[in-house]
Amino acid sequence: MKRLICILCPKGCHLEIDEKQGYKVSGNGCPRGEQYGKREVIAPVRTLTSTVKVVDALHSRCPVKTDSAIPRKLILKAMRLLDNVQLQAPVHCGDIVIENVFDSGANIIATRDLDKVS
Amino acid sequence: MERYDLAIIGAGPAGLAAACAAYENGARKIVVIERDREAGGILNQCIHNGFGLHHFKEELTGPEYAQRFIRMVKETDINLLLDTMVLKVTQDKKLHIMNPQDGYKIVSAETVILAMGCRERTRGAIGIPGTRPAGVFTAGAAQRYVNIEGYMVGKRVVILGSGDIGLIMARRMTLEGAKVLACIELMPYSNGLSRNIVQCLDDYGIPLFLSHTITEIKGKNRVEGVCVQKVDKLGKPIPGTEINFDCDTVLLSVGLIPENELTRETGIEIDHRTRGPVVFENMETSVPGIFACGNVAHVHDLVDYVTAEGFRAGAAAARFCQNQIPAYDSKRVTTFKCGDNVSYAFPQHIRPEGINKYAELFFRVKRPVINAVIELKSGNEVLCSYKRNHMAPGEMEKIIIPKEALETADGLLTISVAGE
Ligand SMILES: Cc1cc2nc3c(=O)[nH]c(=O)nc-3n(C[C@H](O)[C@H](O)[C@H](O)COP(=O)(O)OP(=O)(O)OC[C@H]3O[C@@H](n4cnc5c(N)ncnc54)[C@H](O)[C@@H]3O)c2cc1C
Ligand code: SF4
Repeated sequence: MKRLICILCPKGCHLEIDEKQGYKVSGNGCPRGEQYGKREVIAPVRTLTSTVKVVDALHSRCPVKTDSAIPRKLILKAMRLLDNVQLQAPVHCGDIVIENVFDSGANIIATRDLDKVS
Repeated sequence: MERYDLAIIGAGPAGLAAACAAYENGARKIVVIERDREAGGILNQCIHNGFGLHHFKEELTGPEYAQRFIRMVKETDINLLLDTMVLKVTQDKKLHIMNPQDGYKIVSAETVILAMGCRERTRGAIGIPGTRPAGVFTAGAAQRYVNIEGYMVGKRVVILGSGDIGLIMARRMTLEGAKVLACIELMPYSNGLSRNIVQCLDDYGIPLFLSHTITEIKGKNRVEGVCVQKVDKLGKPIPGTEINFDCDTVLLSVGLIPENELTRETGIEIDHRTRGPVVFENMETSVPGIFACGNVAHVHDLVDYVTAEGFRAGAAAARFCQNQIPAYDSKRVTTFKCGDNVSYAFPQHIRPEGINKYAELFFRVKRPVINAVIELKSGNEVLCSYKRNHMAPGEMEKIIIPKEALETADGLLTISVAGE
């Protein structure tokens, strides 16, 4: 039995998910909670946001994100991948930094413009 | 002297939205004055996602949200004056400003919008005993160092306060390789979103200690550890409950205060509850022609509401420039009083003549309640009531008040919240 709090709305129902009974969810106040509870236990996904190094820009870091959620277990691996990335200004919001990260189908993209400064 | 129709102080989401709306409503000579080297305000350092769900119906990161408004402003001939600090604003709307190019100068404007945002409470404001070693940061300052300047503030971290900024930083520091030992919260509940508790603490196995506080910070030059104690109902540390953590860094996430030194000096009336200027339904302060919006007016948790306030202030300022704001009947002003379990209401005054069909009132509760009933009373008479499943101090609430209700009220309405 796994216990978690549903985060989809402020009510915050306390869910119980029974792995032994086909991931049966109880304690949910609405059907969305059932879906959430199942996914959280079977294959939780998260959007990763972080920064990468950038040169010739106003700042030394450029913010990035995955353009869709990736499996939670890939988050730390993806972070280590970003350690070795260096961008060159100008950067545009939406530029792809890493394509299809670990075959998850998600790209890591820049989340702001950074002009070139000399 | 340079003259503007509208001068906006601060280029965060509030100031940028105000500029766009003023422009759309016909104001032309607009300047946005920002002390930083770029526009965007606090959003530039909030690289996490969760912004814009209401306004853009998608989940954006802080920089992406800011970027959209920066682009909109750049498409107009609004003057964005960066790297420039506003030092003083007078009641006749002269702005004393300073920047590296021009030094000190005075510009004048017909209307002014205050959009200076807020700052964080510091250790001094909450008084933790102990030595004063390096390694104690506000969570927002740490966020700026890590996300914009790119250097880590420590390796073993304890976070005091479980508001959203503290939670977000717990995850951020962990992802960057630090060990976050604990998040300590004085209250018996967290003010953070449960989404952030789950995704920032639980995902990384970071324990949350409710009803606990830091009672001592140890270390001579750099932080070497903290002592944490459980507190009783009155918030007093209970002897014998000490837990020691070996850490080199303490992050404080203990609340935000609107940035109103300028406002006070101008002689604008301040509400001691919001700590921001008292405003009317169109965001006008006690000085006609000076408006306020965003975190300078009251602390917001959702940027979407900041944007909405900016739009409202910008549109009103444009009308003021065109002499379209009528002389309101000063007797017909509704003022809001905070009753049971309400810590503040915003705006402080509503002129029924100034609204269309209904008015929006924002407020916060003092403590969490479920099955809540919100009542708006004129004397003993209940004019409107509203139901909510769940309310918490960390979530700003909004109610819609019909114009008729405001017209029947005798000038003073009390808002209160009851429930379990
Ligand atoms: C750390 C943090 C994390 C947040 N996380 C979230 C989130 O996850 N989701 C969400 O929806 N909301 C979040 N918020 C809330 C939301 O982002 C803010 O409420 C919003 O950015 C406030 O906008 P603002 O324009 O009022 O203030 P700010 O963004 O603070 O902008 C104020 C601007 O005014 C400038 N300024 C101040 N004084 C002067 C002066 N004298 N002269 C010239 N310029 C001046 C400042 O430099 C700054 O650029 C967060 C807020 C903070 C502080
Ligand atoms: S289960 Fe439904 S009602 Fe309960 S928290 Fe989740 S979304 Fe909200």
